[in-house]
Amino acid sequence: MSAIVSQLAHYNAKVARSRATSEPTWVRWTLIISALLFLSLFLFIPLAAVFTEALRKGFETYIAALVEPDAVSAIQLTLIAAAISLPLNLVFGIAAAWAIAKFEFKGKSILITLIDLPFAVSPVIAGLIFVLIFGLQGWFGEWLIDNDFKVIFAIPGIVLATVFVTFPFIARELIPLMQAQGKEEEEAGLVLGASGWQILWHITLPNIKWGLLYGVILTNARAMGEFGAVSVVSGHIRGLTNTMPLHVEILYNEYNYAAAFAVASLLAFLALVTLGLKSYIEWQSGRTASANEKASDQ
Amino acid sequence: MSIEIRNIKKEFGRFTALGDVSLDVPSGELVALLGPSGCGKTTLLRIIAGLESPDSGSIHFHGEEATDRDVRERQVGFVFQHYALFRHMTVFENVAFGLRVRSKKTRPSEAEIHRRVHQLLSLVQLDWLADRYPPQLSGGQRQRIALARALAVEPKVLLLDEPFGALDAKVRKDLRRWLRRLHDELHITSVFVTHDQEEALEVADRIVVMNQGKIEQIGSPQDVYDNPASPFVYKFLGNVNQFHSRVNQGQAHIGDITLSLNDHHGVQDSDALAYVRPHDIDIFTEQNGHPTLHAVVSYIHAAGPLVRLELQPVNDADIIEAEITRERFRELALNQGSHVYLKPRSVQVFLETK
Repeated sequence: MSAIVSQLAHYNAKVARSRATSEPTWVRWTLIISALLFLSLFLFIPLAAVFTEALRKGFETYIAALVEPDAVSAIQLTLIAAAISLPLNLVFGIAAAWAIAKFEFKGKSILITLIDLPFAVSPVIAGLIFVLIFGLQGWFGEWLIDNDFKVIFAIPGIVLATVFVTFPFIARELIPLMQAQGKEEEEAGLVLGASGWQILWHITLPNIKWGLLYGVILTNARAMGEFGAVSVVSGHIRGLTNTMPLHVEILYNEYNYAAAFAVASLLAFLALVTLGLKSYIEWQSGRTASANEKASDQ
Repeated sequence: MSIEIRNIKKEFGRFTALGDVSLDVPSGELVALLGPSGCGKTTLLRIIAGLESPDSGSIHFHGEEATDRDVRERQVGFVFQHYALFRHMTVFENVAFGLRVRSKKTRPSEAEIHRRVHQLLSLVQLDWLADRYPPQLSGGQRQRIALARALAVEPKVLLLDEPFGALDAKVRKDLRRWLRRLHDELHITSVFVTHDQEEALEVADRIVVMNQGKIEQIGSPQDVYDNPASPFVYKFLGNVNQFHSRVNQGQAHIGDITLSLNDHHGVQDSDALAYVRPHDIDIFTEQNGHPTLHAVVSYIHAAGPLVRLELQPVNDADIIEAEITRERFRELALNQGSHVYLKPRSVQVFLETK
């Protein structure tokens, strides 16, 4: 009986506390409704518009717009750019995060600032920098022509631009995570006789896998959706240097709305998948973390 | 395996972590590095392990120079303060890790690994936890698993960084007795770092007291407790009262009290600091004609095996702490505000250097 009473008292205390610290009902509802209104205005309605516009002239037109040769080539190029820049930034991101989180060295803060550079610089300017360096009138322009190697208005330029705009994502995701985890586990592995590779594979990577996956997904989304920097270096050659976002722009400018929205819907679909994966990963890593916490409370 | 440390120096920026430290750890001994935080004890331990490298000086294992030897080749076991267990591996895999990462030539067979891991887990009495993950264990269990993992590679030296620092008092007491027994069983040369004097006094064969990057004293627990080499050691090992005194030809004068000393016979009338442990003070309710210190009882802590008294001297500002048995306390029938007369039973003096 006394147990029940104390439990009740506990329950009452809980309710009282939550009342004491929370806002009145009308404030809460106003905040929730305004947030929802904002979201539907700027997110849900445009998203719905993309799909309805894409399917306006029927499912067959929709499919036709996607299998048309130029569209296929744009999809392929987008996939290639992402497939090259993703592993590059994976390696770079892990290396940079490892260096920053686990070692003390001079110029560390400069490195951190440099990693953030692509966030700070407008993508268009990033593209222009590459044109300036590798373009016809650029620093390496003549040498590249002599050696018959095209960077600007070709696939290498697009890959370069994509790598540039996406390189902060993985490093930025990993640095705080690795800093929080410290280096004791790595040191333990070292004392037990593990080599650098063994430590990376068996200790470091398993500990950062959720953060890493999160960074990879964000990088991929950005790599496929990048417009500004790629637009400057690509030259918009149909069937050759057009990525999906550029292809959408061209179709739209030609008043071919159905096709433009069809390709756009692919990108929108990718965004939805990314969001889905992202929340799955957050849920998973949160679950592992809370399971750990619960266990250690015992 | 014995460890010899010769003239080790280490600086972090402008902070001197270790200033010329030399130390011998004989084979099979359990040595405690004791000192306040920031005294350099953990740095010294990490230098022995090879996790830090000294700015100058050398380390010898069993007479062989090992200063530049790679961590992996030092054959040391290291137990970290926060255990550093691999959180995504089971307890079994944690202990097996050191064996599994060996090159194919020296790696034991799967059956042998199994046998050895289970042997170690029974040694730390946690065989039944083999399939659990570290986050599912209590602090004391994690610490014992960390120890089993360190022992799996058959180290010649075992290094422990504040091994019981993160545990609650009861578990801590059990674990340090257990560590002492384990050491008596294995006889592996061990060095552990602690800031807890009680822990060092109870567990270690020898205590190395450190302060501000220097070794203050090396000796057996009884030795450092009974004959502290410096005021710092006196203050760090247990409670102590400090008195201003004068030393003249082997005698210390505190107020009117005169105490004979074992040394300082050649000293002529010099200022000194005198140290008296709280349990080395006699308390009387009457003066009895002898010179004593006159004080008033300002506080009584009667909980515990001894009664602790705070005493306010009549003509001095600093409070004196004294400990007496419960029987003596009853005999004296003291109350807050009682007048008492004090006489130190034994005293150690350190001349003030000017």
